[in-house]
Amino acid sequence: MTPDIDILDLKKITEVVHTKYGYDFRDYAMSSFKRRMQRILELKGLTGEALIKKLNEQPAYIEEFLDDLTVNVTEMFRDPGFWRLLREEIIPGILLNNKEFKIWHAGCSSGEEVISMNIMLKEMGLIDHVTIYATDLDPGILEKAKAATYSLKNMEINEKNYIRFQGKKTLKEYYKEENGKAVFHKDLLKNVTFRKHDLVLGEAFNKFDLILCRNVMIYFNQTLQNEVLKKFHGSLFKYGYLAIGTKESIIWCEYSNRFIVVNQEEKVFKKIKD
Amino acid sequence: MNKFNLNSGYKAVVIGGSAGSFQGIIKILSQIPPEFPLPIIAALHRLKHVRHGFVEALSIKSTLKIVEPEDKESIRKGIFYLAPANYHLSVELGNYFSLSTEDMVHNSRPSIDITLSSTAYAYRNKLIGILLSGANRDGGEGMKSIKDKGGLTIVQDPIECMIDTMPKAALSLTSIDYTLNIEQIIGFLKELNQQYK
Repeated sequence: MTPDIDILDLKKITEVVHTKYGYDFRDYAMSSFKRRMQRILELKGLTGEALIKKLNEQPAYIEEFLDDLTVNVTEMFRDPGFWRLLREEIIPGILLNNKEFKIWHAGCSSGEEVISMNIMLKEMGLIDHVTIYATDLDPGILEKAKAATYSLKNMEINEKNYIRFQGKKTLKEYYKEENGKAVFHKDLLKNVTFRKHDLVLGEAFNKFDLILCRNVMIYFNQTLQNEVLKKFHGSLFKYGYLAIGTKESIIWCEYSNRFIVVNQEEKVFKKIKD
Repeated sequence: MNKFNLNSGYKAVVIGGSAGSFQGIIKILSQIPPEFPLPIIAALHRLKHVRHGFVEALSIKSTLKIVEPEDKESIRKGIFYLAPANYHLSVELGNYFSLSTEDMVHNSRPSIDITLSSTAYAYRNKLIGILLSGANRDGGEGMKSIKDKGGLTIVQDPIECMIDTMPKAALSLTSIDYTLNIEQIIGFLKELNQQYK
């Protein structure tokens, strides 16, 4: 680990990125944000000052910067119990009132949960009845999500999770191996629209029956989490569902009383009030 | 009898441990004074995909309540906080936790280095760090950051450790205030408790 990055430098970096590029990291959780910035300095062999200069003078660098800054560690079927709950309770709950429905993966990263969702929907015979929007702040990671191509090294844990999810097949049946990579079948993304969207500054853009935003808001401070929950509230139909990470909470948010807890263990909520 | 010449200026105790530390932790938890005057924050290596059972196992003989904190949960004294499976646990300025799913550090999530370093950053010289038995180097850098910020550092005596890679890593990276066995660590915590009476 390198020495702590200077807080003033952190502030300046956040400022440049905000004023020059329109991304707002001011309300990110400090500990992880600081670690990410230190990691970038380490990777690039830069001082804080040199990074500020680079951001000011090389507009093309911003995409790489975003890619390095955002955390893109994810798994397929992470928390298999959550996915079983979706299959056995949440999706059937939505189907009671709608034959067709819409899902938003907010902060989809490299797309593992989008693929998981569509594998599940396919096994339920529902893939043609569901429209999915998958959004992320980082254009680079969205390209990876669209390619649906993952390193084989990661497939071991994905396969384990899928087995614990008790899927109908083996995960292998959904991808082919090419040049040491797992390339998922393209029809698993046929109902998915990927788009760049910033949870901090972006507006609500559609209404959904289910929003998944798992382990994304942990990178925000409480002020920002509160604002984002309002956006999710505005983006859900009444009686729509919100799923967050298993160790996340919305209880102290202003809008928390507009939701009820559907499952406390897996952190699934239902909007009950407009 | 005061062996360690402590004071009541500390804000938290942070503990790291891995392979071979489970029995030591159990012993500490069974003998630590209830209503302990500080929060104890622990990052222990654990199976990544087993969410349940660890808190229950540690709770059986514990005098303290054991909690796997949620993201942004406030930190309170007298509670033993345990980093949840498959998350890194950090302390923020303002006395609350945050969780993250960043890459593994030393093949570990939770990583001891991340918990120790962020806690050191938040509590500076008002922190006590304890590193127990373990099979990799995770925690060494974290102990160094505690020492660098003026905190107090303790490692489990390598002679007593089932696997001593972890305390030895810390000993090679920074100066450690005390090298103690589990009994002595318990004595230390009891003496610390007395300072707040």
